[in-house]
Amino acid sequence: MRQRTTLAALALFAALFVASSLMSDFFKVTQVTLPDGSRAWRWLISAGMPRLGEYIEMTLPTLRWQSFLSDLAEWFWRWDIWLRLLVETILIAFMATTLGVIGGFLLSFPASRNLAPNRWVLWISRRYLEIARTVPELVWALIFVFCFGVGPMAGVLAIGLHACGALGKLYSEVNENIDMRPLDGVKAAGGSWFDQIRYGAVPQVLPNIISYTLLRFEGNVRSSSIIGYVGAGGLGQEFRTAMSLQDYTDLSALFLILFVTVAVIDWGSEKVRHRFIEKENHR
Amino acid sequence: MTHRTLHISGVTRRFGSKTAVDNVTLDIAPGQFVGIIGSSGAGKSTLLRLLNRMVEPSSGEIRFGHREVTKLKARALREWRRECAMIFQQFNLIERLDVLTNVLVGRIAAHGFASSMVMRFSDAERQMAIEALDRLGMTEHALQRAGTLSGGQQQRVAIARALVQKPQIMLADEPIASLDPGNATRVMDALRSINREDGLTVLVNLHTLDTAREYCDRIVAMRTGRIVFDGVAGQLTREVVRDIYGGAGTDEFNEAITSTRLPLPELALA
Ligand SMILES: Nc1ncnc2c1ncn2[C@@H]1O[C@H](COP(=O)(O)OP(=O)(O)OP(=O)(O)O)[C@@H](O)[C@H]1O
Ligand SMILES: [Mg+2]
Repeated sequence: MRQRTTLAALALFAALFVASSLMSDFFKVTQVTLPDGSRAWRWLISAGMPRLGEYIEMTLPTLRWQSFLSDLAEWFWRWDIWLRLLVETILIAFMATTLGVIGGFLLSFPASRNLAPNRWVLWISRRYLEIARTVPELVWALIFVFCFGVGPMAGVLAIGLHACGALGKLYSEVNENIDMRPLDGVKAAGGSWFDQIRYGAVPQVLPNIISYTLLRFEGNVRSSSIIGYVGAGGLGQEFRTAMSLQDYTDLSALFLILFVTVAVIDWGSEKVRHRFIEKENHR
Repeated sequence: MTHRTLHISGVTRRFGSKTAVDNVTLDIAPGQFVGIIGSSGAGKSTLLRLLNRMVEPSSGEIRFGHREVTKLKARALREWRRECAMIFQQFNLIERLDVLTNVLVGRIAAHGFASSMVMRFSDAERQMAIEALDRLGMTEHALQRAGTLSGGQQQRVAIARALVQKPQIMLADEPIASLDPGNATRVMDALRSINREDGLTVLVNLHTLDTAREYCDRIVAMRTGRIVFDGVAGQLTREVVRDIYGGAGTDEFNEAITSTRLPLPELALA
């Protein structure tokens, strides 16, 4: 019985693999021009690989030892604008995380099977969270840019809504694993549904909520750096400008800025999370 | 005092095809100390939880004086739960909050939404909580996290929480089943003093016959959801006990088996 399930799973996996590789031209062969001028058939992947190198090479700036500082200044020629946009990117992530946490936290309780006051509330809050997280941030951003115009407002709403859906789901999974006895105690003392949540559930889930929230902030910084591509604020818009103007070295500069920022934030939030977990364990 | 008598008339509760409480009728006079005994699954917990409406009856009626408990809704229902406090076998405290806050939860029925959500309690309420803790010898632990206390201490905190509810009835669902004999005695003594000094009606589910004999004015026995005995300790003869527990221990049925206490003095009573 177990063997048959394993076999079936393997067969399904193989079928999916073949189907998706065919669909994505994974096995496609293409004609290339060889150095001697003749044409030949090559596997698309091996033919395209060298072009990745070419592309990266194009984005690299010329940095000479003798004129290092001026070369650097030329590479980061738009540094003032980029700095402002970087700050905007982080602020968008911060605001969006805040909105997402508030929304996700409040909705996670009615969206938990063990806590929902009735099944209609459960159904509605679950569907809301599902929609909020299934629609990609970029699509929400497009919609909000259409509603509220170009700018960071659209980005905050887009990332915030998506984060609300994703966090609400995570939080509700935490909620579904809590000990229900404290809630029973609060109820027996005459507590309302809100009292049961506030006193019985929240103290139990708080540590988990805080560490999920910090993780999400890291993710939101990544999202807010790309969301400007569709006009929703932040550094993303510079990627778009650089690509359309073929300012290739700008791309590497932007990439470097983002890489450093995200790395610093990841590092910082990991430190905070670990200290927090340690403190919790010692209480 | 009839306005404080608890009337249970024809109450039944079914879970699917299972009848947990089967057509139970009981009148409980104010100030009585009532023990409910019966083997596992007899319906003792369900009966207690019907009384504070933590479980809804399938049929039947519960009244407290003239008040129809089974008809209460929303705010009035929460007010009723405040009036009949409950303590549990597993204490049901909020382990991550301190002892004082746990006790203050007993005041929650009197609070509005906002003050409850921010956990703001008045000085008078804190005073009340400290007094209750003092009575149970737990004042020194007031700022400790509840989860760090021993079982016996947690149960005393739970009793303090029940006391600040200023209840008329105290329901206790196997309050000593997870405690060692020493702590079990302290908890039962606390319930007795509440009963005698404050005049509260006490209904307590017990696994241990000797405890029931020692503390209860009246003993009610349940079997498969029905009341099969209702009387005083002296009427609980060996035959009656065997009947209640369905001959579980046959002729050798020994009260000490289900006891958390040293069995010596109580056995002589049997
Ligand atoms: N929420 C519930 N859902 C389904 N069945 C239940 C539920 N609560 C109780 N029952 C059933 O009702 C019957 C009586 O349960 P109850 O907990 O009242 O017994 P008890 O006398 O308190 O037993 P114990 O001494 O083990 O605590 C049992 O058969 C139990 O399985
Ligand atoms: Mg029980």
